[in-house]
Amino acid sequence: MLKYIAKRIGLAVVTVWAVATLTFFLMNMVPGGPFLSEKAISPQATAALEAKYGLDKPLFQQYLTYIGGAVQGDFGDSLKQRGRTVTEIILMKFPVSARVGGISVLVALTLGIPLGCIAALKRGKFLDSLISVVATCGIAVPSFVICTVLLYTFGAKLKLLPTVGLTSWKNYIMPVMALSFYPTAYIMRLMRSSMLDVLGQDYMRTAKAKGVSGFVSLFKHALRNAILPVVTYVGPMLAYTVTGSFVVEKIFTIPGLGGEFIGAINGRDYTLIMGTTIFLATLIIVMNVVVDIVYKIVDPRIKLK
Amino acid sequence: MSEYLVDIKNERLSFFTPAGEVKALNDVSIHLKEGEVLGIVGESGSGKSVTAYSLMGLTAYPGKLIGGSLYFNGHQVDQMTDKEMRKIRGNEISIIFQDPMTSLNPVYTIGNQIMEAILLHTDKSKEQARERAKELLELVGINEPDKRLKQYPHELSGGMRQRVMIAIALACEPKLLIADEPTTALDVTIQAQILELMMDLKKKLGMAIIMITHDLGVVASMCDRIAVMYAGKVIEYGTADDIFYNPKHQYTKGLIRSIPRIDAKEHERLIPIEGTPVDMLNPPKGCPFAPRCEECMKICLREMPPVTDLGDVHYTQCWLIQKEEMEKGAAK
Ligand SMILES: Nc1ncnc2c1ncn2[C@@H]1O[C@H](COP(=O)(O)OP(=O)(O)OP(=O)(O)O)[C@@H](O)[C@H]1O
Ligand code: SF4
Ligand SMILES: [Mg+2]
Repeated sequence: MLKYIAKRIGLAVVTVWAVATLTFFLMNMVPGGPFLSEKAISPQATAALEAKYGLDKPLFQQYLTYIGGAVQGDFGDSLKQRGRTVTEIILMKFPVSARVGGISVLVALTLGIPLGCIAALKRGKFLDSLISVVATCGIAVPSFVICTVLLYTFGAKLKLLPTVGLTSWKNYIMPVMALSFYPTAYIMRLMRSSMLDVLGQDYMRTAKAKGVSGFVSLFKHALRNAILPVVTYVGPMLAYTVTGSFVVEKIFTIPGLGGEFIGAINGRDYTLIMGTTIFLATLIIVMNVVVDIVYKIVDPRIKLK
Repeated sequence: MSEYLVDIKNERLSFFTPAGEVKALNDVSIHLKEGEVLGIVGESGSGKSVTAYSLMGLTAYPGKLIGGSLYFNGHQVDQMTDKEMRKIRGNEISIIFQDPMTSLNPVYTIGNQIMEAILLHTDKSKEQARERAKELLELVGINEPDKRLKQYPHELSGGMRQRVMIAIALACEPKLLIADEPTTALDVTIQAQILELMMDLKKKLGMAIIMITHDLGVVASMCDRIAVMYAGKVIEYGTADDIFYNPKHQYTKGLIRSIPRIDAKEHERLIPIEGTPVDMLNPPKGCPFAPRCEECMKICLREMPPVTDLGDVHYTQCWLIQKEEMEKGAAK
């Protein structure tokens, strides 16, 4: 187990480094720069600013300087938000995103798993068909369309829910719905098919032949086997939630890291782009390791290598 | 109360599938006394498993009992609720399945799965149940029971897993053990070991056994009675001697001809039964074996043969035998 974790940490460092390097050079290939759009600034001032942040140096030297700093935990100052370090910004904005994203993930799991099970148990009945239709919609419709429809109906027409900011619990409803719709639908489908598969397995018949009640055989014998594909999906789901949050936070004007990231890209805030990218990459990798360990706990057949 | 431990009378069972009614069992009668071994033989699809499962209330959807009655140990099984059935399953009747590789739950330990049956049907504490599980593993010839209890199914070989299945089945000392082709999925050497173990356990514990197989040779030495099934019917029933030394039905004779013999000479070939099994969706009006029978007569195609009694237990369903017996009767 320890060996496995050490190995995964090593791999994670390499992955994050690769992501950072790729982002660094791609980002610099995109035309424009952090200080170009600010019309009021004279060319001399721009040059002075660029010199201050080292942007006048050759690209490769900039890269080495950045990586050197990052290794020591110094992600630099934001180029656009004067006086704030990238670390400060991430620490301030991430909790907001984490709350919206975390709630969405929980909603997806707590709705998707039972609904998928119910669909499987009621296979071919009305409830199953209904759940299947909803699931298909959830998978087919992109999240920005869902956002727009939600905003239009609940926000603009019915005026039931606030559309901007995150001041009360009501503000969470629409973003969470937008963010959790796809994963919920996906988990429902996954759970349904894996539950159907498990219910037909020989060991379910063994359980029944032992005299186990339907309830126990469902919760003890079936669920733990049927949930395995869902556990594997949790990794990709987290990645989806992170990327989905970029769009959703922008649309609902949520002051989170996703919106900040989009802003940083538009404003060519190089240090903030890098910092956020490294942070999110690390987050996703760490969560995937956690998921792998959980998988190992649920399924004893899995060997962590 | 019936003198039999198992008494299945005129059982009819159908699967109502989208394609139509599959008449899996047509008038099956089987009985078995305490401590006896009954072999059910027949080719794939003849209804062996369906008969056994229905006795445990394990008939798979969309199967439905549509006639007859099933008695076990004085209970009328077909009239019992699922809750009542659960008290019997795994307690008074146990079953081992064909494929030990898939019959154990992969995510629970061997110990957990053996103890589950014990805890369900007895008042034993967890500790006592663990002790009992250890005892059972020793009983079925598994060494290092302490270690095995903590292992998962995938860590055990096929033969070992079947031994574990037997341990689970025996957990509550059932009166009847059903073995549904318990060795088909195993290597030949392991097969022999498992059968030997079962006979050994039967001697020790004295339970009755229903041994389901498509290989008559396997059960020859161990069965008191044998039921030969064909197309959802028991076409011949008798003691092992009746079936082996005095087979009457053409299908039984064919089965016996197809058993590999240890004393067979090199050039003697096995004689398989020609033809294909019946289509159970559209069973023929007359004798189901008629299309494959060398002795087939006109009446065989028109009408189902009646039951012909040949002795205390021996009976068959065949026009040819019916005719012979009637001629014998007339001659007297
Ligand atoms: N769940 C089911 N749905 C529809 N038909 C079924 C079902 N289970 C069994 N049958 C039918 O019942 C008949 C008897 O099946 P059964 O499983 O008892 O055969 P068997 O004698 O045990 O054969 P095998 O040696 O292959 O195990 C078959 O014709 C099969 O098509
Ligand atoms: S009833 Fe006729 S067809 Fe059927 S086994 Fe007997 S002789 Fe053959
Ligand atoms: Mg079978």
